[in-house]
Amino acid sequence: MTDSKKDEDRLKPQAAQPDTGRRKILKGAGAVTAASALSVPMILVPPRANAATELNMIAWYGHGEPDMVEEFEAMHNVKIKAKYYAGGDNMLALIAQSPPGTYDLILSDGEFVKLLKEAGYIDPMDPNEYNMGDLYDEYSHFDAHWMGDTLYSVIVRFGYLGVSFNSDIISPEEASDYNILWDSKLTGKVGHFDWHLPNLGCLSLRDGNNKPSPFDINSAQWSQLQETTLSLKPQVGGYFDYGGTFASLKNGEIYAMCGIGDWITGVVRKDGSPVDSVLPKQGGIQWTESYSIGKGSKKQDLAKEFIRYITSPKGQVRSIQMAAYPGMSPYKSGWTAINEANPEEAKRQRMTLDGPNCIDDLREGRIHFRQTPVQQSLEDWNDFWSEYKNA
Amino acid sequence: MTPTEKIHSTRSLPRYRQVTLYGLTWSMPIVLWQLIFFIFPLIFLFVISFWLVKNYRMVPGFDSINWIKMFSKGYFWDAYWRTLGYAGVATIVTSVLAFPCAFALAFKVSPKVRRWALFFLIVPFFTSYLVRIYSWQIFLNDNGIFNKIFALVGLGPFQLLNNFFGTLVGYLTLCLPLAVVLQLISLANVDRTLIEAAHNLGCGRLRTVFQVIIPLAKIGIILGAVFTFILAFGDFVSPYYLGGSKPPTLSILIIDTTKSGQQWPRAAVVAIVMILTLLTIMFASVAAAYRKRT
Repeated sequence: MTDSKKDEDRLKPQAAQPDTGRRKILKGAGAVTAASALSVPMILVPPRANAATELNMIAWYGHGEPDMVEEFEAMHNVKIKAKYYAGGDNMLALIAQSPPGTYDLILSDGEFVKLLKEAGYIDPMDPNEYNMGDLYDEYSHFDAHWMGDTLYSVIVRFGYLGVSFNSDIISPEEASDYNILWDSKLTGKVGHFDWHLPNLGCLSLRDGNNKPSPFDINSAQWSQLQETTLSLKPQVGGYFDYGGTFASLKNGEIYAMCGIGDWITGVVRKDGSPVDSVLPKQGGIQWTESYSIGKGSKKQDLAKEFIRYITSPKGQVRSIQMAAYPGMSPYKSGWTAINEANPEEAKRQRMTLDGPNCIDDLREGRIHFRQTPVQQSLEDWNDFWSEYKNA
Repeated sequence: MTPTEKIHSTRSLPRYRQVTLYGLTWSMPIVLWQLIFFIFPLIFLFVISFWLVKNYRMVPGFDSINWIKMFSKGYFWDAYWRTLGYAGVATIVTSVLAFPCAFALAFKVSPKVRRWALFFLIVPFFTSYLVRIYSWQIFLNDNGIFNKIFALVGLGPFQLLNNFFGTLVGYLTLCLPLAVVLQLISLANVDRTLIEAAHNLGCGRLRTVFQVIIPLAKIGIILGAVFTFILAFGDFVSPYYLGGSKPPTLSILIIDTTKSGQQWPRAAVVAIVMILTLLTIMFASVAAAYRKRT
């Protein structure tokens, strides 16, 4: 029983006495009010011993949601506070505008890790402190995360980008060639996720620019890519953000998109819409997401603990099935765990332990890492994308 | 001077009034508000348009490169004229659709019906504009409600989404209720005796509308049009979510510019051009609204 309740109970018989005067009532009411006022902070503020530590994260939407972090929060009595961004540029700007040490954990796309390091936003990491030995060979020394012999980011998940399509209109075989986007039955029905990098990367692959990379092209190839892209304009039905991409595929307004993949269609399919993604024969683009530790973080040990958790089999099962958008696991134990926990999802994302799987695509050289343009400036690509939208 | 103008001139306040401390005190909140939330940010916007971006970080400086870059891009001017055209069409369509509605509410219905109508015109503002725009997608898409209805009578399917028609529907969703309310307020205050006088002098119904009612209600009609233009000119949601960003408007160009490379200074250039355009149109319109006939 709280003190205020005791006070209330003690006052009741007094109030019932026949000789109760106005002064007594006022005195009693004052006591109740004072006791209530004193007890309010006790109710609102939890005992100090149970106060949760706060761990600040900057990430794509979904990584700080309960389906991803609730178990870790309960295990370590920690509250993960996530700041979400939309795109690597946006992430860099948000970090630049914050004092050093604001973010303990920084989730980044692979191509932005180098920029984070150059700007001095992240600390080097000791590979021995993480589950690096559990990674598939293709990711054990992932170029984008290592600067020389120093590790700066630990991979969490990856996915492929190719052609996504409405399976009522296009067959997977038809979608397996980027040229389907120019088909007359798709006039006005081709959509773009409104970001130049994955779109131009896929169209660069369509032009045959796969050695060394669709993003490493000379001026003649760049001119050709611009011509190819502009020729697609009559087919285009719209340019969409994250929400618009979902809606347009779901309501059947758009039949095909390039530069996106299962991270979008996997979620739309859950709602029963007939959409799917394939890797075209010309190849696909790969995205990766990895955690770095923010420079100046005062909770480095806890941040490391979180990275160890999310890269563990338990964490990987959550990451693979993340509610916001699914992603594949680069960890062998993650594959074993998802095959036990949700074999259907493992099969759908082609993380099968026997038979062809998504790592085979990498080994066959069909997948190219998404990166910023090598021979042109990012501004050149961005300017062209604006011109294309206006054409 | 016409009899109407005589009445208005006798009702009008003296042109020059002495500024008193009392009046100044009461007008301070709005002055401070405008200074803090409009003038200072506007100055800051102008200043950062000369800054540079290095490693995704804005660096203070004084370089006209952002102005030169934006003004030399064909897509900037394409987007500018397109946005101006879209907002102009939205203003005309909204004003034309709003007038019969406001006219009927002002002159043809009982005060009770007018009050209810006013209530229903305000209700849409209770919900998020973005939610209303998303709900339009359900109606307008190829498999949407409208095309299903058209299909019942053997028509369609029509492309209603991801084009200018879709954008216009969004603009109307945003502006039409406001335009009706502004026009209604003006029309409801039109002096009925002047309308009766026009009729008594043999003026036909249509001529009365155009030569008596519209001139008397022109302030509300023009203000409704100005608000529509301002809202449509700066709107990002309708051209993006119903127009499919195809082709983009200036507000979409601002988003594109900031999204890639964090070019806030170049986005500031676009924003300043938009503000100057709107200020020019607003001052011209308000001058037209309050101009007296010579």
